[in-house]
Amino acid sequence: MNSQATNASPIRVSLNQTAGSEGKEALLMANETPKIQVKDLNLYYGQDQALKNICLTIPEKKVTAFIGPSGCGKSTLLRCFNRMNDLVDNVTITGEMIMDGIDINDPKINVAELRRQVGMVFQKPNPFPKSIYENVAYGLRLQGINDRQTLDKVVEKSLKGAALWDEVKDRLNESAMGMSGGQQQRLVIARAIAIEPEVILLDEPASALDPISTLKIEELINELKDQYTIVIVTHNMQQAARVSDYTAFMYMGELIEFGATDQLFTNPGVKQTEDYITGRYG
Amino acid sequence: MVTNQSQHISQQFEKELQDVRSSVLAMGGLVEQQVSNAMNALITGDSELARQVISGDEEVNKMDVGIDEECIQIIALRQPAASDLRLVTGILKTITDLERIGDEAVRIARMALNLSEKDRPKKNYRELQTLGHYVSSMLHNTLDAFARFDVDAALQVAHADRQVDAEYESIMRQLMTYMMEDPRTISRAIDMMWSARSLERIGDHARNVSEHIIYLVKGKDVRHLTIEKMEKVIKGDE
Repeated sequence: MNSQATNASPIRVSLNQTAGSEGKEALLMANETPKIQVKDLNLYYGQDQALKNICLTIPEKKVTAFIGPSGCGKSTLLRCFNRMNDLVDNVTITGEMIMDGIDINDPKINVAELRRQVGMVFQKPNPFPKSIYENVAYGLRLQGINDRQTLDKVVEKSLKGAALWDEVKDRLNESAMGMSGGQQQRLVIARAIAIEPEVILLDEPASALDPISTLKIEELINELKDQYTIVIVTHNMQQAARVSDYTAFMYMGELIEFGATDQLFTNPGVKQTEDYITGRYG
Repeated sequence: MVTNQSQHISQQFEKELQDVRSSVLAMGGLVEQQVSNAMNALITGDSELARQVISGDEEVNKMDVGIDEECIQIIALRQPAASDLRLVTGILKTITDLERIGDEAVRIARMALNLSEKDRPKKNYRELQTLGHYVSSMLHNTLDAFARFDVDAALQVAHADRQVDAEYESIMRQLMTYMMEDPRTISRAIDMMWSARSLERIGDHARNVSEHIIYLVKGKDVRHLTIEKMEKVIKGDE
């Protein structure tokens, strides 16, 4: 199965497995617009190969989840989408990642511009030690936008988009550091959407949050997918099952299975996926 | 598990799933016994055995409720996925069918009580005996298929159900002929019809269980399909 997963396009693999009563899902998959296409991606940290021949398509305005045990390469893959691995020494990347016809890994690409298009939210909320307002306005100010009216509008829109407006509208000038963890994480998401990215990468966005805040983040993801393409890495499998449309299971740097989430969690095609999501020894 | 040979990391979860499987098999064994006793009571006119079947239904009901609770606990605490999820939901449906088979056994036992007070026919209910035989072996094979998670055996059960249906039709025609020929047999024939009807229903429930087995092993829903279609779906042609 491994060899199949690495040789053929994973979507194809999954389609073959879903053939049968699941024809509807196969059809759904065929109707997606691809946002990012990853082809034969290999990534090495020095001599160690962390990603092996990854091929997959991230569909536009859908939520795609990466699951897998620690060290399987899912965060590494996620970080490839906005060239975060550039910041790590000794990294070699081969293969293509095509977003809207342009290879993300092209050395000529403007990385700052790429990261504006592909925003990222991390595991631990990382608001700036500034006011709530300034946190959200920060990205725009960086772009040289300082017009108060424009900023007010964007801050309100972003905070509403992140389902935080009602909780903070009366204390926009207070420090963001005084907010709860769940609020901080939503603030960071508001900061990410303020600059209107096309893709949002979420690396374990709810793992440091309590169940209620987690549900709020999940609810938010559900709302955001109307406008943005979302890629999420999560250790919480039920979360992946709840929020995502497609799920990719990775193991030891390889993409083992990629398919519609409904299918993957009720009837996975590959035994390794089954073992992982049901909590068995591989 | 046939679908998944490896063990859960959580031994406790592994044990819970094994336990609930064993409980289903125990319930299946009891239901099988109930059907067999009811048929014996009917054929031999043993009213004591018939009463025993009627009171024995309480135990079947208790097991139904108990297994149901075990499954709900597993869903609430373990959030099972993939084959585990299919196992738990498959079991929830299976026990409903088993419980109904138990109810049909009680119906047959009631008819056995009625018939034990009437004259016995010359043929001594041979046609019902044959139908009972078919149905009992169908039920037995279903439980066997469940124990071994055997899709082929489950498919055979679906095939056998056709035979049962044909046998049932022929008994109905025969009984109607008797009633027309000699109205004095009507009362007895009606009791026999009810018994045949119950046996036929048991066959249907056994077929349902075999469909649940196919779902929990293969992840393919084969309910409401013809046997030919079922076979295609299982092979993955459709």
